[in-house]
Amino acid sequence: MPTPLLEISDATKIYGGGRFGGKAVVALQGFNLTINEKPATITTIAGESGSGKTTLANVVLGFINLTSGQIIYEGVNIENMTAQQKQQYRREVQAVFQDPYEVYNPFYRVKHIFELAIQRFKLTGNKTEGRDMIEDALRVVGMRGEEVLEKYPHQLSGGQRQRMMVARAYMLKPRIIVADEPVSMVDASLRAMILDIMLHLRDDYGISFLYITHDLSTAYQIGNDIHILYQGQVAEKGDTPKVIENPKHPYVQLLINSIPVPDPDVRWDTNLRLPSEEEMRSKAASGCRFYPRCPYHMDRCLEALPPLYAIESQHEAACYLYDDAHELAETTTQRRTS
Amino acid sequence: MQAWSPNEKKVVLDVDELRVHYATPRGDVIAVNGISFQVFQGETVGLVGESGCGKTTTAMAILRMVQPPGRIVSGQATIEATDLVGLDEKQLRNLRWNKLALIPQGAMNSLNPVMRIKNQLGDAITTHEGKMPAEQLKQRILELLNQVGLPGRVYNMYPHELSGGMKQRVCVAMAIALNPPLIIADEPTSALDVVVQRVVAQTLLDVKARLGVSMILIGHDMGLQAQLVDRIIVMYAGNIVEIAPVRNAFKNPLHPYTQLLIAAIPSIKERKPLHVTEGLTHDLRNPPPGCAFQFRCPHAREICRAQCPQLREYAPSQLTACHIYENAAEYERSAPIAVVSAPPAALYAQDLMKDIDPHADASA
Repeated sequence: MPTPLLEISDATKIYGGGRFGGKAVVALQGFNLTINEKPATITTIAGESGSGKTTLANVVLGFINLTSGQIIYEGVNIENMTAQQKQQYRREVQAVFQDPYEVYNPFYRVKHIFELAIQRFKLTGNKTEGRDMIEDALRVVGMRGEEVLEKYPHQLSGGQRQRMMVARAYMLKPRIIVADEPVSMVDASLRAMILDIMLHLRDDYGISFLYITHDLSTAYQIGNDIHILYQGQVAEKGDTPKVIENPKHPYVQLLINSIPVPDPDVRWDTNLRLPSEEEMRSKAASGCRFYPRCPYHMDRCLEALPPLYAIESQHEAACYLYDDAHELAETTTQRRTS
Repeated sequence: MQAWSPNEKKVVLDVDELRVHYATPRGDVIAVNGISFQVFQGETVGLVGESGCGKTTTAMAILRMVQPPGRIVSGQATIEATDLVGLDEKQLRNLRWNKLALIPQGAMNSLNPVMRIKNQLGDAITTHEGKMPAEQLKQRILELLNQVGLPGRVYNMYPHELSGGMKQRVCVAMAIALNPPLIIADEPTSALDVVVQRVVAQTLLDVKARLGVSMILIGHDMGLQAQLVDRIIVMYAGNIVEIAPVRNAFKNPLHPYTQLLIAAIPSIKERKPLHVTEGLTHDLRNPPPGCAFQFRCPHAREICRAQCPQLREYAPSQLTACHIYENAAEYERSAPIAVVSAPPAALYAQDLMKDIDPHADASA
């Protein structure tokens, strides 16, 4: 039985709707996820803007608190941690953000981000040792200290900056790295390099990743498990190849169909129309959020939120279309009455 | 899609030996190295390549929007018999939007946040066509919104009330407002979700089919290129290395760089090992003799170091600049050279672009 390292259970985050009576926005609802200590995995959280994936990153990193539900790290709820536990949590759960341009302070040379981390987490008081740690971390991402450390952020390319952020995270010997869209602002030809480093850290250093992205093709290439969110809820989850090769939820099907195929002979066939923003948000407040856009929508979709149904092992979809258990019950009642 | 033939179609844009340099304290960066290509009526041309290869600079040069320290050194860009490079600012103002429109990168942030959509579209029209009756203008704007698939209520809205995809479509509406023969779209969908991207891409296809407008589509998403364009121009380090009809480019790419680009497309059909390409490019201030791609080319031989290959046609409408095809016999005889991990004065192309910054550390 593997020991869970990070356990997110029934995580819900609602913005607004408080004292001032603004409209409440459910950013994340009833989200569950477990990352085990071993083996290290890359868990992908995918979805469009507004699906709640960055909210999830923010709660895991402790930037915001959950409205309900809990996040347990090594048996301790992160909201009830002692200062010491919190410090350790912050070291062991690192982050790599989307924008490699904004995370650097332009006034400091780039080595500053490493030195600050060493200082903050008291990794060492010795300068040579510190320098060795930095060099070692940079080597892991395929860079050399003397080439980059004395430069200012604007002198480095986006790919180089992002690799340095990964190196910084690695230097702290984390167990989990939350990577929020780490490659979306990096040139396509350098993306593979960053993704390759992630695989390398997972396989050779046992670091798990929470890989947050809207790009299903990169998730497909490197991810172990995938959770696809739609407006705060999991639409489909499971083993990445199973989900992407054989999507079940109508939203995920639409998503995968919309990825431009790199083949001029396979062009999009149908014209897609999107309902207006208001319609998409408000209509299905109690039921399935995808109702206004779903080609298969049924009346029952509006009544209650569809739970996750098992499609096969390690593949679940939250859609009444796969409610076999329910259908089975109906046929038995019919048989009984007839 | 019908086969494209150079003789039948009317040339909308003719770029000839266009050369753009950026001045830096240590010499000029050759961002666009004397490139020539044509855009025909009603066709969409994709301009692809990695960051720093000169694709956006090419577009900016055509629009005469290159900012100092950049400058157009030589060459011509002719649109309907007018050479854009020779015009003064006043003539240019007239021509822009009328003859060629731009959908900029991150276009959705280019809308004025305190103006209603109707006023922004109206401005573009009245500036060029003079005042017109309010009702006529309104009808015209509503018609434009309709053409890009937006509901009429957008007319009275502010940009912040629209989603990213809708704002992007407003920018498309603006680009077609004066019915220009050419639209340049610089990564028009790069900031959008896949589903919304598909909607905007379809809008572009739609507009093109209905108005017969030509388009230059800049981007590095090869999947999107396959969906949208008729011909692809591949750039590397300021040079055009291949021009090909889209089908050939994907099914039978000739230039090793094009082959690399195609191989690097992430697939959702099969899981394959990541294709990591080293992003090393020669110093753009000091290009080596011979082929621009020699340091990264897996097929490089001695001849590639010595001579610069010319862009020549090897299949119908498919041009490439590579010794493998140009001097096949000599190439075969020539000795292979190893891919160098660090070419002399090796630098990332992007690094060089940073050097243009006057605050850059000169010792870097």
